[in-house]
Amino acid sequence: MKRSNALAGMVLVLSLGGISAAVDAAECPKGKIKIYTSWPLQGAMLPEGTGMKNGVELALIQNNNQAAGYCLEMVNLDDASPQTGKWDGAVEAENANKAVADPDAMVYIGTYNSGAAKVSMAITQRANMAQVTPANTYPGLTKKQGAAPGEPEIYRPRGIVSFFRIPPADDIQGTVGANWAKKLGHHKVYILNDQELYGKGIADVFETEAKRLGLEVLGNEGIDYKQPDQKPVLTKIRATGADLIYMGAVVETGAQVVIRQMKDLGMLAPKVSFMGPDGLFEQELLKAATCDAAMGVDMRITFASKPFEKMTGKGAEIYKLYKERYKIEPTSYALYSWEAGQVVVDAIKRADAKDREKIRAAIAATKDFDGLNGKWSFDANGDTTMDVMSGFKVVKADTPVGCKYEFDAVLK
Amino acid sequence: MHWSELIIQQTINGLTRGAIFACIALGYTMVYGIIELINFAHGDIFMLGLMVSLTLFAALGLAHTLGPWELLIFMPLILVLTMLITGFLNLAVDRIAYRPLRRAPRLVPLISAIGVSFMLENLALVWKGPYVLSYPDVFPSFDILRDVFHLESEIYVTSKDLLVIGVTIPLIFGLHFFVTRTFWGKAMRATAQDPETAAAMGIDVERMIMLTCFIGGALAGAAGMVHGLYYNIGQWWMGYQAGLRAFTAAVLGGIGNMPGAALGGFVIGFLSTWSDQYISARWTNAVVFSILILVLVFRPHGLLGEPAPEKH
Repeated sequence: MKRSNALAGMVLVLSLGGISAAVDAAECPKGKIKIYTSWPLQGAMLPEGTGMKNGVELALIQNNNQAAGYCLEMVNLDDASPQTGKWDGAVEAENANKAVADPDAMVYIGTYNSGAAKVSMAITQRANMAQVTPANTYPGLTKKQGAAPGEPEIYRPRGIVSFFRIPPADDIQGTVGANWAKKLGHHKVYILNDQELYGKGIADVFETEAKRLGLEVLGNEGIDYKQPDQKPVLTKIRATGADLIYMGAVVETGAQVVIRQMKDLGMLAPKVSFMGPDGLFEQELLKAATCDAAMGVDMRITFASKPFEKMTGKGAEIYKLYKERYKIEPTSYALYSWEAGQVVVDAIKRADAKDREKIRAAIAATKDFDGLNGKWSFDANGDTTMDVMSGFKVVKADTPVGCKYEFDAVLK
Repeated sequence: MHWSELIIQQTINGLTRGAIFACIALGYTMVYGIIELINFAHGDIFMLGLMVSLTLFAALGLAHTLGPWELLIFMPLILVLTMLITGFLNLAVDRIAYRPLRRAPRLVPLISAIGVSFMLENLALVWKGPYVLSYPDVFPSFDILRDVFHLESEIYVTSKDLLVIGVTIPLIFGLHFFVTRTFWGKAMRATAQDPETAAAMGIDVERMIMLTCFIGGALAGAAGMVHGLYYNIGQWWMGYQAGLRAFTAAVLGGIGNMPGAALGGFVIGFLSTWSDQYISARWTNAVVFSILILVLVFRPHGLLGEPAPEKH
C-alpha cells in the first residue's frame, strides 16, 4: 500500500520535476520518515526557536538526511499563539494531533516550555510515538522528585515511557549545588524557597544532598515573595550563624530583594554567601542596586550545561560546525537540539524499521551516546544520566550594570 | 548576636514594614469613612505610584545614586508630582466608577471597585510589561551606625530605613493635623458623620468626597514611591497583595478611624515580623489573619473604632 503510494508519487514527481526526484527515490529505497518539531517560532522566541530548528537540521544534514535507508524529513511546527506570541496549550495540542495523524511521522521533537510538554506528551504516547525534548527541564515530566502529586503518571496514559529528556532536569541542580557548597567550604546552610514547583523542588533536593554530604542544614523555609520584605527572615538567619543561603527561586520570585537585604543587614562574604539555581541566571537580576549586593554576598549560580566555549570533544566539534554553517552563536538550547536530532537518527538506524513502537524502544535503549558533554544514556524515566553542569559567580565588569556572571567551575 | 539585639533589629524591621502598610491603610480608611466604600482599587493606585515615580525618575534621566543637592531638589519634586498624579487618578476613578453609583445599593460600587482594580492592573501590565521592574537605586544606601556614628554593633539601620520613616511618619501626622485642626478637615469629618446634615449646613458633600479621594490617592502614591526606593523592585500585580494587607490593617484599627489605620498598619508590620522570626515565613499570612479574627471577635469595631450608627 505505502509502496504503491510512493511509486505513484515518484511517477508524478518524475513527470513534473525530472531527474532530481529520481535521485531522491534511488537514495530512499525504503521510503520516507518524518520528524515533527514543535516550539515557539515567532515573537521574542524567534531567535531561540530558530536556533533549535537549526540544531535538529544540523544533525539531519550530518547524516545526509538519511537513516537505515529511509529519507528523513523535518516538519517544523510553531506552538505559539499568534495573539500572545507565547506557547499555547491549544496550539500545542493541535500540533501533536497533526503529528500523530501523519502516517509518515515517527518521532516528535519538542517542546520548549514544560507546560506545553504536559499537553503533548500524553497525545504522542497514546499514538505510541516517541517525544524527545531538547529544552524541558521541569522534573515532574519524568520523575517524582521535585514533582507535583500524581506526576509523572498523569502524562503516561499507557503507562510506558515515551518522553525523553536531553537536558538534565532542574532537580539535578540541587544536587550539584550542594556538592559545590561543600567544595567551597561552607558548613552551615539555610535554605529558602519561593514555594513554587521549580524553586521548592530544587530546594528540597539541595537539602537532601547537603545532609548526605554532612553539611548542617539549619532550615528550609518557604517565603512569601508577594510580600517583598524579607528582612525579618534574614535577621533570623543571621542569628543562626549560617554561612550560606541557598535560594530555590526564579528571577520573578524575590531573590533580588533577598540579596539586597542581606547586604543591608551586613550579611556579606566571607561571613555569609548566596547561591541559587539557573532560574536566577538572568542579567535582569543584576540590574540597578543588585550588583554591589551580589558581589558582596559572593553570589553563585549553577547552570545546567557547560558554556559552549568550554566544551571539548564532540561538543567542541558541533559548536564549530554550527557556527560555520549558520554564521551565528548557538542559542541556549540549539546544541541540545542537535543532540535530540542525533539521538533520534541513531535510534532509527538501530530500529531499522518505519515503526513508531520500535523507534520508541530504540530511543529508550540509547546507551553511551557520544554527546556534547561526554557519554550518557537514558535512565528508566527517560532522563539523561548526564550531570555535567557549570558554576558561575558574579564579578565586577565593564557592562552597563557594572557586573556580570562569569564562568567559575565545571561541576558534577 | 544577643537576643536583645535580635529584638531591636526585628523591631526596626517591623517599623519600616509597618510604616508602608500604615500609609496605604490611611487612604483605605478615609475613603471608607466618607462614602462607606471598600475601594479595592486603592492597592493598585499604590502600585501605580511606584510606576509613575519610576517613569518620572527615568524622564529626568536619574538612574544613578543621587548626590546631596540632587536629593534635596529632585526627591521632594518627584514625591509631590507622584502624589499629585495618583491623587488625581484616584479622583478620576471616583468620578468615573463610583460617583454615578452613589445612590445605588452598596454592593454595586464594591463590584465596580473590583473592576477598576483589574483595569488598573492591566493598564500597568500593558504599560510596563509583565516582568519584575528594577527601580533605580537613586536613594543613597549606607549603614547609619557604622558609616555615620562609627559604632560596632550587630544592629543594622540603613539610610533607606530612615527614608521610609522620614516620609511616612510626617505624612501620617500631617494628615492627622489636617483632619483634626483645619476647616476643611472639620468639613470632611462632618460629611463622614452625616452627609445630609452636613449638606444642610452648607458643606459641598461631593467636593468633600473628591478631597478625600485625592488625599487617599496621594498617600497611596507616596507609599508606592517609598516602596520602590526601599525595595528597588515593582511588578504589576503588587498592588493586590499590598492592598489586602493594608485593608486588613484598616479593619484591625477600626475601619473609618484614621489613627486606627495607622496603628493597624504598624501592628501588622510587627506581627508579621515576629511571625517570620519565631514561627515561619510560610505561616505568616495565617498567623496575621488568625490574630485579626481573634481581635475582631472580641472587638468587632477594631482596636480604635467605635460602634457607629448605620448611615442611610
